[in-house]
Amino acid sequence: MEFRKQQLANGLQVIAEVNAEAHSTAVGFFVQTGSRDEADDIAGVSHFLEHMMFKGTPSRSAEDVNREFDEMGAHYNAFTSEEHTVYYAAVLPEYQTSAVSLLGDIIRPSLREEDFTTEKQVIIEEIRMYEDQPPFGADDKCKAAHFGPHPLGRSVLGTIQSVSDLKVEAMRAYFERRYSPGNITLVGAGRIDFDELVATADRICGAWKPMKAPRETPRAAPHEGFEFLKKDTATLEYVLQLANGPGATDDDRFAAKILATVLGDDSGSRLYWALVDSGLAEQASLSHHDYQGTGLFMTYMSCEPEHAQANLERIAEVYAQAEAEGITAAELAQAKSKINSRVVLGSERPRGRLFNVGGNWMQRREYRTVQQDLESIDAVTLEALAAVLARYPLSINTALAVGPCSQLTAPT
Amino acid sequence: MKEPILSHTYDNGLVLVAEPMMSLESAAFTFLLPSGCVFDPNRLAGLSSFTCEMALRGSGERDSRQFIQDLENLGVEHGESASNSHTSFSGATLAKNLLPALDIFADLVRRPHFPADQLEASRLVVLQELRAIEDEPGQKVMLELRRRQYPDPWGRSSQGETASLESISLGDIQKYFADHYHANGTIIGVAGRFDWEKLKDHVGQLFGDWSAGKVTEPKSGATFAKRDHLRHESNQTQIGIGFESLPYRHPDYFQAWGAVGVLSGGMSSRLFTEVREKRGLCYSVYATNHSLRDRGSVLCYAGTSEERAQETLDVTLSELVRLAEGIRADELSRLKARIKSSLIMQQESSSSRSGSIARDWYHLGRVRTLDEVGAIIDQLSCESINAYLAENPPQDFTVVTLGPNPLEVPVGIS
Repeated sequence: MEFRKQQLANGLQVIAEVNAEAHSTAVGFFVQTGSRDEADDIAGVSHFLEHMMFKGTPSRSAEDVNREFDEMGAHYNAFTSEEHTVYYAAVLPEYQTSAVSLLGDIIRPSLREEDFTTEKQVIIEEIRMYEDQPPFGADDKCKAAHFGPHPLGRSVLGTIQSVSDLKVEAMRAYFERRYSPGNITLVGAGRIDFDELVATADRICGAWKPMKAPRETPRAAPHEGFEFLKKDTATLEYVLQLANGPGATDDDRFAAKILATVLGDDSGSRLYWALVDSGLAEQASLSHHDYQGTGLFMTYMSCEPEHAQANLERIAEVYAQAEAEGITAAELAQAKSKINSRVVLGSERPRGRLFNVGGNWMQRREYRTVQQDLESIDAVTLEALAAVLARYPLSINTALAVGPCSQLTAPT
Repeated sequence: MKEPILSHTYDNGLVLVAEPMMSLESAAFTFLLPSGCVFDPNRLAGLSSFTCEMALRGSGERDSRQFIQDLENLGVEHGESASNSHTSFSGATLAKNLLPALDIFADLVRRPHFPADQLEASRLVVLQELRAIEDEPGQKVMLELRRRQYPDPWGRSSQGETASLESISLGDIQKYFADHYHANGTIIGVAGRFDWEKLKDHVGQLFGDWSAGKVTEPKSGATFAKRDHLRHESNQTQIGIGFESLPYRHPDYFQAWGAVGVLSGGMSSRLFTEVREKRGLCYSVYATNHSLRDRGSVLCYAGTSEERAQETLDVTLSELVRLAEGIRADELSRLKARIKSSLIMQQESSSSRSGSIARDWYHLGRVRTLDEVGAIIDQLSCESINAYLAENPPQDFTVVTLGPNPLEVPVGIS
């Protein structure tokens, strides 16, 4: 396993974790742009643009793009988050250069108006699909309430209204602002020929013009609130709670992951025993998400409507008890074993390493081996968990419930 | 380049099948027990799922809390479910923890406590799982499609029904366990890094004295209307379409499979191109092979806004019908490229292989190696697939919709 990096003259970075033993190769362009870089009049443009990248370039039609990926037998896709847009493909090693050439070409798209109009319908269907699925868009609403004017409060998908109103010129302008080579990293993992990777990047991306693509990363203010939305067509009641947590560059992010595992993993956590094992909730979990400048703890719970109020109280008790009495050594050890095993299992495929290596680079300009991640997890102490709980109380949160309940109140 | 498949059948009929993947640090296992929902008595639909849920609540020396703690201290990522044919328990962990993890699962499948004081909690769990599907319209339409695609009990959903789940007693669960959790018909698949001789001996010690039982195939019962609309207040209309195909063990299975690969899979496939890319009708559209042991179907899904649902159904059905005219060489060559890379990438994950080899054994009584599958795929030709399609054109469609209003199945579509 070897880490390599190089920067092109225009600022585009090329990095790779080279594993000569791997069967396959994963490559991806990680672009530092997402919903946090949008404004109200272009809400949803990052995600819509991600779709448009597959619609053709000056030298390829949309059909060419799809056909060429399939001819390589590539497993390929793209996704957009609040902070990043990623285009990736897992291929057999002999297709490394073809895959990078194609991915590099599509992120310099034609953005033709006719394709824009057709794809707009697909985006609207995607939003409608989520609106029919639990928690029915409540995650966006809860984030908006929690973050307020902070840029992370913006929705990745946008709304049907904002997407319908979006003009192709506004998308083109956004593309020009954000897809600067200095804002893009080409990441490789698995059986990579690094010199060839750099040569391909230079050939395909070397002429891209750099421009300024700044981003503000303020820390989010703590926020407290409770809302509920009555939705008669829902069967179960869904609750989301957001609390502040360590961000991407905070050293206590590892403690935060362990804390979330102890309190709210899908299995064997305090929320699991209090709510799921007893059948009082269908799901109850706590997870930690880190962003540039700030972070989040997210509680998610679904249950029969008649149990919702009592479950809110139980979750509050679980958190209050953790804040008052801390975590036990046995719980810490159990969580470490679990995470340890997940890290190893998740790192077996080059595809899994791609997102880890790319994520570390995007968030911290840092390369970390699997071993370093395991060591950081192992180094977390009970005191570190207590410190996270003290700094980021789970009891101070923004909550949103959605479902058939006509009366719910914040836990006391 | 690949290592051989190892297998052993114990005297009581239990099968251990294993694939060494020595480049990995992990090992994964899958238990398939011959206790799927096709064996649920009609008035007790959901009994296999309920029994599975109760089995997790303590076994051998462990109560339910100790069970979870021990698994997690071994770093075992685990999952359990009841399907049509089996109850499955699976896990993956670091290679050194494989044998201790199997110890825990031996208790689980052989010596569960079924504690009476946890019956009601378990009932709440299975009832909520059933109710949660009401909030997942895309999943619900596919369950309802399967129900109408096969005669009962083959089309059943393992979640059961509210009334039956409410009526199941501890005695029902104990009897179901006694009748269906036994050595013969059980398959344990293991993949990853392990020592075969040690594994075989260890499994022998854990399960060698497990009793054999009787496996009786259920009889095919009622069939349901092939056209149905389920009213649902939603933005989108969900569309499920099924037609008969071949089971995995049929000699022509891969001909049928190849045709579906051209239809769906990859963004240049026909359904994605015609329904989503050219017309922008929906976000999600696909077709997939669904195989039971003796029956198989192709199941298709599309979900879209109500006002575009009729066009989506029309376009999707016309693509299914057009398939009978045959596939092109370029389509087949893309399919082959995709499968070739999938087969190689499967060697990078133990979890996916442990389940695949156990299911292979169930369907075939043996395991096809990845090389063997590769050779079968190499031999597929347009001529062979088109000959299959000419004789077996997609027809006699089951069509289930879920949404505000019903759709019309076009004239001329049988």
